[in-house]
Amino acid sequence: MPSPIAILDYGAGNLTSVACAVRHLGREPFITRDPDQIRKAERVIFPGVGAAGASMEHLNRLGLAEAFVDVYRAGRPVLGICIGCQITLAFSEEDGGTRCLGLFPGSVRRFQFPPGVRRKVPHMGWNEVLFQGRHPVFRGLPRGSQFYFVHSYYPSPDDPSVVEGTASYGGIRFAAALARENLAAVQFHTEKSGPPGLKILENFLSWNGNGV
Amino acid sequence: MLSKRVIVCLDVRNRKTTKGIKFQGNVDIGDPVEMGKQYYREGVDELVFYDITASAENRPMDIEMVREVAQRIFIPFSVGGGIRSLDDMRAVLLAGAEKVSVNSLAVKNPAIIAEGAKAFGSQCIVLGMDALRVDPGVKIPSGYEVVVKGGRERTGIDAIRWAKEAEKLGAGEICVNSIDADGTKAGYELNLTSQIAEAVGIPVIASGGAGKPEHLLEVLTKGQADAALIASMVHYGEYTIPQIKDYLASRGVRVRIPLI
Repeated sequence: MPSPIAILDYGAGNLTSVACAVRHLGREPFITRDPDQIRKAERVIFPGVGAAGASMEHLNRLGLAEAFVDVYRAGRPVLGICIGCQITLAFSEEDGGTRCLGLFPGSVRRFQFPPGVRRKVPHMGWNEVLFQGRHPVFRGLPRGSQFYFVHSYYPSPDDPSVVEGTASYGGIRFAAALARENLAAVQFHTEKSGPPGLKILENFLSWNGNGV
Repeated sequence: MLSKRVIVCLDVRNRKTTKGIKFQGNVDIGDPVEMGKQYYREGVDELVFYDITASAENRPMDIEMVREVAQRIFIPFSVGGGIRSLDDMRAVLLAGAEKVSVNSLAVKNPAIIAEGAKAFGSQCIVLGMDALRVDPGVKIPSGYEVVVKGGRERTGIDAIRWAKEAEKLGAGEICVNSIDADGTKAGYELNLTSQIAEAVGIPVIASGGAGKPEHLLEVLTKGQADAALIASMVHYGEYTIPQIKDYLASRGVRVRIPLI
């Protein structure tokens, strides 16, 4: 029988907040870096802060990259948060170029603004996300809801149909929420985004993994 | 578009929120976790818990309190006070804090900023800085000098220079507190925050002097701050977070108004 909710631990820290949020929603998660435990989990949350290069290195070394792809292929619900979202794309510009998992074709790009636009990087703070409103994980969110972001790179998937929500910074409108089959991913810290953030986690925890 | 942030600071002593009143010492005004939760419900964007006696008593900050906050409040919060080493930083971050603030420690040992940023990421490291207005001179061209120990000790370091250095070392944010404005409720030191905001490319949090919503408007526009720190104007029920945010929104400042 699959274990319930696994939070993937690959040394990137900040797992506590995700675990606290899941507990607040009445479910008991377990934090693990054991690939077999990940494969057996009912659903997996892939959180994280940090850099793409170091994250991929840890994931590969610990055998977690493979386990993560396996659990995705097995059709179980998977949620990536922040760096856990970025590394589901094929490639990141961070750390001189990092090959990632490639579950979404496309890349992760650094914020670069047109001449004359002065914006701080990282994009840090609360920003509005516009959702398509069709995906089960991203339902029930009032229009205009804001979420907490901290990142210098943003997801840029090739296929626009995987984009479930967008945010805008310095004139760049980027994918802030993505979904494909049983995989959902958010660039913002849904665990630190107050009630609408918790709503997404709650949706994920009851999601059967079917897409739109 | 990114919203300007309203941050509430809770000074904590022996597990109680406390407020310094000039020449009268401190009075306890409530339970920090409960107060934090109330501000969270009202829609504050971020919280700061500052253990005001940890440093003086040479003990680590109250980790149990950090854990309790993390279990009940689902927005970013930072902690400061009693951070003496990388291990202390790790402990508060693992307990669920989003960020850790270093002030006097960083003045004494600037390398701690770089070490913290390398170990946990720049976004975790907030440089807290107390600045005192002085006559501009060769050593302090900006007219603001960094002070430590709650303003009792001058360092001879120019506040703008220190902000730039901290950014270079890897600080993710700078929280600049004006010693002159602190406690006056007469408004933030706008010249200080705008000088720092122009000098660095990382977010600047203004602190010290907030007494009414107009002060936040000033510092978030003219003062060029990305976030405004407040304390007593909400601690005593004079204003609520929604009142402050509604005012800012009505004056064209983009803020986060919670919808659920």
